Parts: sequence; C-alpha cells; structure tokens
Amino acid sequence: MAAESAVTSVVEHGPTAGEYVIHHLHFWQNKASTAVFDMSVIHIDTVIFSVLLAALTFWILWAAARKASSGVPGRFQAAVEMLVEFVDNEAKGIIKNAESRKFVAPLGLSIFVWVTLMNTMDLLPVDLLPTLWAKVVGAFGGDPAHAYLRVLPTADVSGAMGLSVAVLLICLYYNVKIKGLGGWAHELVTAPFGTSKNPVMAVLLGIVNFAMQIIEFASKTLSHGLRLFGNMYAGELIFMLIALMGGAFALTGTGIGLFVGHIIAGLAWAIFHILIIILQAFIFMMLALVYIGQAHDHH
Amino acid sequence: MEVISFVALAAGLIIGLGAVGACIGIGLMGSKFLESAARQPELMGELQTKMFLLVGLIDAAFIIGVGIALWFATANPFLGQIAQIAK
Repeated sequence: MAAESAVTSVVEHGPTAGEYVIHHLHFWQNKASTAVFDMSVIHIDTVIFSVLLAALTFWILWAAARKASSGVPGRFQAAVEMLVEFVDNEAKGIIKNAESRKFVAPLGLSIFVWVTLMNTMDLLPVDLLPTLWAKVVGAFGGDPAHAYLRVLPTADVSGAMGLSVAVLLICLYYNVKIKGLGGWAHELVTAPFGTSKNPVMAVLLGIVNFAMQIIEFASKTLSHGLRLFGNMYAGELIFMLIALMGGAFALTGTGIGLFVGHIIAGLAWAIFHILIIILQAFIFMMLALVYIGQAHDHH
Repeated sequence: MEVISFVALAAGLIIGLGAVGACIGIGLMGSKFLESAARQPELMGELQTKMFLLVGLIDAAFIIGVGIALWFATANPFLGQIAQIAK
C-alpha cells in the first residue's frame, strides 16, 4: 500500500527521503504479505544471504581445521584458535556438563561466527547490492523499481526470531534429555514456587508455576531474537539516513556541508557499528549458552 | 501539520530519554567496573567480558529507540494512517 504508492511515484520523479527508506526496507518476497504473521510469505533475500553466509562460516572453520598443524600456527590458524578457545572458555564457565559441551560449544562458535558475518553485511554500502540487483532485474526485462533487496538477514525479524526459536528448541531438547520427560514435567509444575501438601493448593500452585514457566520461555525467546533484530535494524536505518545526506548533496550539488557531514557521520557510525556487530553477535551467543545452561539446572 | 510537529517532538523525546537512561546505566556500570578492577586487578579480564556483555544489553534499548525515532522522522507511518482516515 504505502510501499506500492511510493514505487509508482519513484518512477515519475526522483525518490523522496521517505520513499527511499521505504524502498530499502522492503523485502524481496515470494508474495506480498497481508497479515502481520503469515507463514507462507518467504523473504527470499534473507534466506539467500543467510545460507550463503552459513556456507562461508563452515568453509572458514573447515579450512582452518583442515590446515591445522601442531607446529607454529600461521596467522589464520592462530586467529581461529583464539576464537575457538575464547568460546570454549565461555562455554566451560556456563555449562558444567562435559557431555553436552561437546555439542553446545561448537554450536556457540558457529552461532558467533555466523551472526557476526550476517551483521557484517551492514558495513557494505547500503546502495551497492540493491542497485546491482535492480540493474540485473532490469537487464532481464523486469521492473527495476520493484527490485527489492535487503542484504542484512539479521535485520529481518523472521531471520533473527528464527535463530532464537532454534535456540529455544535446543533448550527444550536438553530439558528433556537431562531431566527426562517426567522430571521436566514435574519441574514445569513445581518451579519456581514449589508445591504444597494440600491437594487444592498443589493444583493452584501447579497452574501458576506452569504459567510462569511458559512466560519465561516466551519472554526469553522474544527478547533474545528482538534484541539482535532491533540493533541491526536501527543500525541499517541510520546508514540509510547517512546515505540520504550524501544523496541530497549529489542531487542538488549545493551545500558542501552535507557532503562533509555525510563523510564524517558515515565514518563515525561505521566505526561504532563494528563494535555493535561484534558485541551483538557475542551477546547472542552468550545468551544462547546461558539459556542452554539453564536447561541443565535442576530446581 | 499537527501530526508532523507531534511526531518530531516524540522522536526527540524517544532519543533524548533513551540517551539519558543508557548513559546513566553505562556510567554507573563503568564506574563500578573501574572500582572493582582497581581493587582486584587480577579479575579485570573476566570482568571486562561481563562488562561488554552488559554494555550491549544496556545499549540495545537505546539504539532500538533511535532506530524507531529515525524511522518516524523519515518515513512517517502516521501520515499514511491520516490519509486513510481522510478517505
């Protein structure tokens, strides 16, 4: 609706600031979404970029493991070794069970590298890939104004929530594996408030406990995914606004201040964003480890 | 016009109040971190990891707020709703 009207007006004249931002926030979808929650809508760009970067993650780690030598390590091997050791230390501090750590520590490492790489897509110039994509679509006879592409998979709420729901499923798996189905069911109705000898009170407390547990799982998963999404979305939007500043200079050719502001703001935000990229990937990994560690705790 | 001016004020408030909260939070935590690092320098590495974790958690709400405020400021969603009502 808003996006559609924006697109038609882009064809007639140059895009305004709002139309530019809306165009850049539009996903490459298999069909237009009509509801807020619609499982049949697929964001093709998110899927493509996240799968490509997952392949790159595994290639990097696999290449390091294949060439690993016990002698003096090269720079690449040393960097990957430091990373592995860092994640392993964090996992050791959080998950005491050595058996689960065999799976969870490599999981943490792949989450960290993968999310870092996905977040790093934000440092590409905001117009680079979308413009190339519009040219490709135009070359094959499509309508370039309708060629949407968002390069940042974690700035898509479905991408970030997909990751956090996957972590939730692993938590549920470990709950069952460590405590057994009966033990976990018992914990669901007795923690956090305990139970009572009186049967009426026991049922009441059981309902309250179960509700608390469900709320805990839901809020953990929601805040886990939305924190990553919110940070990356905001960062992406600020890069777009900085690009608009340069765009205003290029269109009008007046106001050298705009150009200087574009360079300074872009540089400052990109440098600050490197910190955010690593930090959010680190936080995502740490929270995933903490949540899986909580699944190991007996109440 | 009224909508535009209110949205501009709201964007300012979102960014400003968010910045106040995040800065106080990070200031408190940073001062405590420096204090404890001065008292027990051997714990510095461990504390630093935890501090950066918390920096990310505190900063998140503020940066999300900035993103939403800037979205309101550039691609104002309320103008579209006004246009819908007018029809």
